[in-house]
Amino acid sequence: MTITGIAAIGAGLAAIGAGVGIGKIGGSAMDAMARQPEMHGKIQSSALILAAFVEAVALFGVVVAFLQG
Amino acid sequence: MRLNTFKNVLFSVLFLAISFAGYAFENSDSKEGEEFNPKEMILHHVKDAHEFHLWDWKGRPVSLSLPIILWTDNGLTTFSSSKFHHDDNGKVIVEENGNKFVKFHEKIYQLEDNASVIEFDEEHHPINAHKPLNFSITRNVFMMWVSVVVLLLIFLTAARSYKKSSDGVPTGIAGFVEPLIVFVRDEIGKPMIGEHKYKRYMPYLLTIFFFIWINNIFGLIPILNGANLSGNIAFTCTLAVFTFIITTLSGNSNYWKHIFWMPGVPVPMKIFLMPIEIIGMFVKPISLMIRLFANITAGHVIILALMSLIFVFKTVAIAPVSVAFSLFITVIEIIVTAIQAYIFTILSALYFGMATEDHH
Amino acid sequence: MDLITPDFGLVFWTAITFLFLLLILRKFAWKPILGAVSDREEGIKNALKSAENARKEMENLHADNERILKEARAEREAMLKEAREIKNKMIEDAKDQAKEEANKLVAQAQASIETEKQAAIAELKSQVANLSIDIAEKVVREELSNKDKQIKLVESMLGEATLN
Repeated sequence: MTITGIAAIGAGLAAIGAGVGIGKIGGSAMDAMARQPEMHGKIQSSALILAAFVEAVALFGVVVAFLQG
Repeated sequence: MRLNTFKNVLFSVLFLAISFAGYAFENSDSKEGEEFNPKEMILHHVKDAHEFHLWDWKGRPVSLSLPIILWTDNGLTTFSSSKFHHDDNGKVIVEENGNKFVKFHEKIYQLEDNASVIEFDEEHHPINAHKPLNFSITRNVFMMWVSVVVLLLIFLTAARSYKKSSDGVPTGIAGFVEPLIVFVRDEIGKPMIGEHKYKRYMPYLLTIFFFIWINNIFGLIPILNGANLSGNIAFTCTLAVFTFIITTLSGNSNYWKHIFWMPGVPVPMKIFLMPIEIIGMFVKPISLMIRLFANITAGHVIILALMSLIFVFKTVAIAPVSVAFSLFITVIEIIVTAIQAYIFTILSALYFGMATEDHH
Repeated sequence: MDLITPDFGLVFWTAITFLFLLLILRKFAWKPILGAVSDREEGIKNALKSAENARKEMENLHADNERILKEARAEREAMLKEAREIKNKMIEDAKDQAKEEANKLVAQAQASIETEKQAAIAELKSQVANLSIDIAEKVVREELSNKDKQIKLVESMLGEATLN
């Protein structure tokens, strides 16, 4: 297997992690919004920020894959 | 001679030497018959370029030649990128200001005096050439200036319409941009920085929000060949550095105390936390940089990869699928343009808020 | 690797362009727009506040009006009552006065009647006396036409006077 292939697998693993993380954030945000519709705006913006943080970690992985690829 | 060079620069910068490829130059290594390489195509698209390639017409590329500005040992050197005759493989040598230049994979190399053709070693480093400092007006710089012109047109017109109407009621384009400005103020500035201090940071937040957003959008316009400015690490790096500088400069004693000597925890913990916090200080702008770059680049890569499917499978039958998918992704990307601009701005505001937070 | 190496030229131009954009927009766009927006918000806040004040004032005024109306009504009531009393009193007074006047008149009339009566009686008396004297004169004249009768009368009178 070439180093590019391994890099691709690494990027895929990073994507799995981010997917799980963002999925959990999204699910909890939906839950919270359903419970407290009046807090809709605040929950949404916090969820977006948290998703951005989770995503950043995954993107670090992708960038490392870029470095190798 | 110096004066002449300067004139050249001015001329190039101001008038952008738009020349369509109308000359009779036979592109010797025509790409026809060559195997289609999606990776190369996508990378070529995503990266910066020295000419604005619009489309091919009868086998010849129609493009906007952009000025090349180099800082060499002999001083400033400027010439039009049309002198390379669309060559990107280091075959055409341009002699200017006593130096020889070639373009290889959208990089300008200055050949050594005795070299006539560029050669690379195993690691893809040139053996007989080096890269001069390159201040060229590339595709991305050009699109950045277009976006600046558009932004200035929009917001100066909006600002003028406020002056005109005596009662301060927004009219025309001001009615469109005002909710966005109020959104940045009320949803980003006020909650993240705080009611009392947000005003100082509003110009930066507003500028960065609209600058990123409009460049994200410009990247999605197909005819502009998607100048991928906000998906370029140099662009995001610069903006992240600005955020980092402002955060560091506006940090109060409370902020620095939290970094170097975390209050409220035992001493061993303080020592343990200090390097983490110092790394965190730098990781914040780096994550800003990576996030914007990777999101926008990934969007472009996905759209182009889906379109490449047609050429990879060499059949029209796949076209509806690939067009439908890339349309779907494009629509998502339109949302992402706004979300990424919002996230970059809100995280910048969050960092400013952390830096200026009072002890409580 | 190439993709994530920042290109110096683009960093340079981005920094210059961004600073230029920031300065221009800060001076000529964000300042006037944010100023206009906050001015308008301030204006709306003030207008709402003054409307609230006006509403309160109106309420106060309304209450005042009500109070004044009530007072006026009470006053009118009082005035009416007073007037009625005055009227009654006046009627009473007038009645009393009239009665008194009448009594006085009656008394006067009676007095004058009395006086007239006295006068009439006195007149009558004097008339009767005159008449009596006239008659007596005549009689006496008749009587004293001869000497005998005169002497007789004088003698009878003297006798009567001596008797006294």
